[in-house]
Amino acid sequence: MSILVIAEHDNSSLKSATLNVVAAAQQIGGDVTVLVAGADCGAAAEQASQVVGVNKVVVADNAVYANQLAENVSVLVAELGKDYTHILAPSTSNGKNALPRAAALLDVAQISDIITVESADTFKRPIYAGNVVATVQSTDAIKVITVRGTAFDPAAAEGGSATVETVANATDAGTSKFVSEELAKSDRPELTSAGIVISGGRGMQNGENFELLYTVADKLGAAVGASRAAVDAGFVPNDMQVGQTGKIVAPDLYVAVGISGAIQHLAGMKDSKVIVAINKDEDAPIFQVADYGLVADLFDALPELSAAL
Amino acid sequence: MTHKLEIYNGICMKVIVAVKRVVDYNVKVRPKSDGSGVDLANVKMAINPFCEIAVEEAVRLKEKGVASEVIVVSMGEKSCQEQIRTALALGADRGILVETADELQPLSIAKLLKAVVDKEQPELLILGKQSIDGDNNQTGQMVAALTGMPQGTFANEVTITDGKAVVSREIDGGLQSVELSLPAVVTTDLRLNEPRYASLPNIMKAKRKPLEVVSPADLGVEVVASVKTLSVEPPAERQAGVKVASVAELVEKLKTEAKVI
Repeated sequence: MSILVIAEHDNSSLKSATLNVVAAAQQIGGDVTVLVAGADCGAAAEQASQVVGVNKVVVADNAVYANQLAENVSVLVAELGKDYTHILAPSTSNGKNALPRAAALLDVAQISDIITVESADTFKRPIYAGNVVATVQSTDAIKVITVRGTAFDPAAAEGGSATVETVANATDAGTSKFVSEELAKSDRPELTSAGIVISGGRGMQNGENFELLYTVADKLGAAVGASRAAVDAGFVPNDMQVGQTGKIVAPDLYVAVGISGAIQHLAGMKDSKVIVAINKDEDAPIFQVADYGLVADLFDALPELSAAL
Repeated sequence: MTHKLEIYNGICMKVIVAVKRVVDYNVKVRPKSDGSGVDLANVKMAINPFCEIAVEEAVRLKEKGVASEVIVVSMGEKSCQEQIRTALALGADRGILVETADELQPLSIAKLLKAVVDKEQPELLILGKQSIDGDNNQTGQMVAALTGMPQGTFANEVTITDGKAVVSREIDGGLQSVELSLPAVVTTDLRLNEPRYASLPNIMKAKRKPLEVVSPADLGVEVVASVKTLSVEPPAERQAGVKVASVAELVEKLKTEAKVI
């Protein structure tokens, strides 16, 4: 077995999602190679070489990979990937964007968002917004897979000593161009890897009221998420959305405030270790999955909570 | 009419939209007790919500005079005609059903779509970013790869100018904007638009719009399912916990009982 892991990084540093994928790769077993494709990505490659369980790091450092355009990255992944039995990427927006394209170039299927490794060709993955777990087996020669990060404990970021190799492959498909990027800036932890997440829904009523959540989040060192209703209403940006179509989180503590608990939201957070719901509607479906439920007006409860912490 | 559009806009695009028939998003499905599959008997079916957004976007492009024709394609059993008719009622011009009883996985769907693209030569192909049953999020990317088209996935804004598509994409940290040469593939995110409802007169009119039925063999595509579903099961059940009476009690329990803060 030989496994190629596509690193998630921003050129200067390796993203933690990569560590979860390396852990999944180790469960499959075999040599693990990490591909770092980017521009001026030496620092990210250096970090990848120190991850425990990585045998080799392959670096494709070229301007054509600067913004992870799928048209270019997929060609590289398909070229290098044909010599491996497995190609793995995290279920991040980059992984979801480029990997199916690479799979099609290799004429093989992709298995999306696996949550367990049963064997080298058999995996479990959630379908129907997490209401069903399917056990699937691939008969393809190359297994192309995206990995749900929250389902695998991360590999240790330091202590490894992989060899680093450079490849010259560089294809510019010439059909797409990066224009601009608007990234939300926040001092709070990243949503998908935070130990505590506090989320607000429609019940927050407006964007200003999210300050109440931020105050509590800062006391807890928590990330702040949102339901689709809160995003659609324009309270907060869409990258904060937790759910089937947003981010999947599984923190130690998830606090849902003013969120009713639709199927699509539960899909994104029901694997959290402890769930707390604060809602004034005692019949809200969120209480059916909450370990601790508080039936109260969030505008009373949040300031109280903040004072108590 | 075509010429008029060309004069006004410089381009006159044909747009193909792919739609999937899936379980209605409000239905909570359950695996069959023998684990052989999901129980879909007597379950309400609908257009996949992301596909609905794709149809809406294509129809808006037509209303702006950017698109000249909107073709809606669906694949699967005969019943998918219902979803094609719905899309026609929303404003698409004609439909194509690739009819088959075989299980269709994303790679096969992408190959079938490529065959339709080769035949119809659209400037734009719009799909939903994922279907809410399989949750794969693959088909758009795969058909883009097979046709060699660039892709604008998870789109929350699409602007067509000077023979190019500028697509604003929802990414993990925020938004990213890319410029794609046409023809291109776009997959829709939830915030791209708000789909309209079909009016009764439009539903009646849709019944008379052309709907072509072809088979995978007609398109020269062999349907292969290389991923086998061995079994399905319900996820680990979460039990409802306790209700607490006050914030103080909540904080106390989180500290001493759950030990998470």
